[in-house]
Amino acid sequence: MRRVILSLLFALVAPVVLAASAGGPKLLKANVDLSDRAGLQNGAKLFLNYCVSCHSASYMRYNRIASDLGIPDDQMKANMMFTTDKIGDPIKVAMRPEDAEQWFGINPPDLSVTARSRGADWIYSYLLSFYTDPSRPTGVNNPYLPGAAMPHVLWELQGIKKAVYHTVKDENGHESQVLSHLEPGTPGKLSEVDYQKEMRDLVAFMVYLGEPAKLVRYQLGVKVLLFLSVLLVAVYLMKREFWKDVH
Amino acid sequence: MNAIVKQLTGLRDWVDDRFPLMKLWNEHLAQYYAPKNFNFWYYFGVLALVVFVIQILTGIWLVMNYKPDAAEAFASVEYIMRDVEWGWLIRYMHSTGASAFFVVVYLHMFRALLYGSYQKPRELLWILGMLLYLSLMAEAFMGYLLPWGQMSFWGAQVIISLFGAIPFVGEALSTLIRGDYVVSDITLNRFFSLHVIALPFAIAGLVVLHIIALHEVGSNNPDGVEIKKHKGADGKPLDGIPFHPYYTVKDSVGIVVFLMLFSIVVFFAPEMGGYFLEANNFIPADPLKTPEHIAPVWYFTPYYSILRANTVNFFWLDAKLWGVVFMGLGVMILFLLPWLDKSEVRSIRYRGKIYKTALGIFVVSFLILGYLGILPPTPGRTLVAQICTVIYFLFFLLMPIYSKLDKTLPVPDRVTH
Repeated sequence: MRRVILSLLFALVAPVVLAASAGGPKLLKANVDLSDRAGLQNGAKLFLNYCVSCHSASYMRYNRIASDLGIPDDQMKANMMFTTDKIGDPIKVAMRPEDAEQWFGINPPDLSVTARSRGADWIYSYLLSFYTDPSRPTGVNNPYLPGAAMPHVLWELQGIKKAVYHTVKDENGHESQVLSHLEPGTPGKLSEVDYQKEMRDLVAFMVYLGEPAKLVRYQLGVKVLLFLSVLLVAVYLMKREFWKDVH
Repeated sequence: MNAIVKQLTGLRDWVDDRFPLMKLWNEHLAQYYAPKNFNFWYYFGVLALVVFVIQILTGIWLVMNYKPDAAEAFASVEYIMRDVEWGWLIRYMHSTGASAFFVVVYLHMFRALLYGSYQKPRELLWILGMLLYLSLMAEAFMGYLLPWGQMSFWGAQVIISLFGAIPFVGEALSTLIRGDYVVSDITLNRFFSLHVIALPFAIAGLVVLHIIALHEVGSNNPDGVEIKKHKGADGKPLDGIPFHPYYTVKDSVGIVVFLMLFSIVVFFAPEMGGYFLEANNFIPADPLKTPEHIAPVWYFTPYYSILRANTVNFFWLDAKLWGVVFMGLGVMILFLLPWLDKSEVRSIRYRGKIYKTALGIFVVSFLILGYLGILPPTPGRTLVAQICTVIYFLFFLLMPIYSKLDKTLPVPDRVTH
């Protein structure tokens, strides 16, 4: 009977599972490491130097980053704060939303929890995949967010990639050009491998930014589970003692 | 030491002269006789109570920092996650608690199906439990709006607009629920009020009634035999043991195991791969941007599947209305369970092959419905959902027939081990 039910279940579910995987180009793996403090500090530097001129991270305060990542307040102020903000302020942008909309066509989104809504892999893939596209006002496009309003802010580090297209025919025989892959174009200051490492740090920082508690959550969880294991032994022995006379 | 004990006893007696303290203690704990053969399935009642306490306590602290205001709600949740001391832990306990509540309640209800715990004389106990389940659904639905993310907003929008399918009064009714023509700040405020005051009150009251009813008729057990039939010379059931200390210590073991599983989710996977906290809900609610795919949280998906499985306009009535009707009936039909089951025996242990098969197929269909409710519909999936919906209803509608036909085994006189 059980076997019948299981095979029935499988027969019903299998096509559903197979049909579920579709949509968008494949994501690259970010493989971030939150225990790498130097990497997080580097990510913070990149984020505050490159991203914050347009994007806010308004749920996060500068001094929280400083204390979580072990950056002295004066260094934080000197190297990572470029506005008149105080160290206890949240990360805002100087640009007014109306101006931003006029300049970019869209107000750049707040990045506080982007790592939670988009996922680390998506951000990593996005940051690695800008390519030359003269049809865009910014001169670049991105397969992970086609028609993105954002220019390739990090072009001087990465350089700009070139897109390679291939031709596909649809059911009606119409031919169209589809992005196949990206190849190196104009080189930047960094090698491809170094740029990937920098982006990994930046994404790691954004994962931390999305949930600062992640730095302490796992260690605390281990302690809580250890405590509960000890409690379990005690409670189980107590139960066994009390139930001795139940037959 | 002796002096302290004496003083405490004195205090107890002082209270006891003015309030039935010992009477309540004895009736519900020290002299409440529970069958001695409870198994794994009998932990989930007390676990539901534990989760309820977790939700109330964490809820109290969340309300201290949350702002029920469309302009501030999303930010205030992030404020709790970052700036409030231990706020992240309180919030994760509450969000995990919501899912945990449904996990233990579904298992608790499945226990009743396994051992016929709803049968006479426990019909009212079952109905009170069903009312608890309904209140819990309302509580969870309204709570989910509060973080004011995209899924909060659009989930509420979709579910409330379902009421619009009801002829004549539908539109007025959904406007009445929202307090506005769209989900807005007004909706958020009323849902907050209901989520933190009205429904917790209702749930607490129903829990008390559920326990009073249980202690009046006594607990069922895996053998489905009545332990009150065989009493010793002292008038106590021979197969019963006092709830306290026997089940208080045994349940403590279950509670600690539960807390370990609960902690694993809270500390290591609070999003649970997007099933407990959805990625889209980290985008602030935007009434102008409909997400591509709106799915309710996992505990509602079986009924959401039933809703979507109705794709045909029958008898001048819109498919959407049929969906709403079947979704409603799907929940309500559970109320009738005590009267649909005509079996001579309670426990699955002594039922025949027919009931066992029916229950197995029912559980599988329910799980498939739940799984399909998470995914966007395709023609193939809709067909599977339709088959499972039919099975879901047939399990109940045919029960009076097959539960009677079923060849049962002889039930032992006393509980077995």
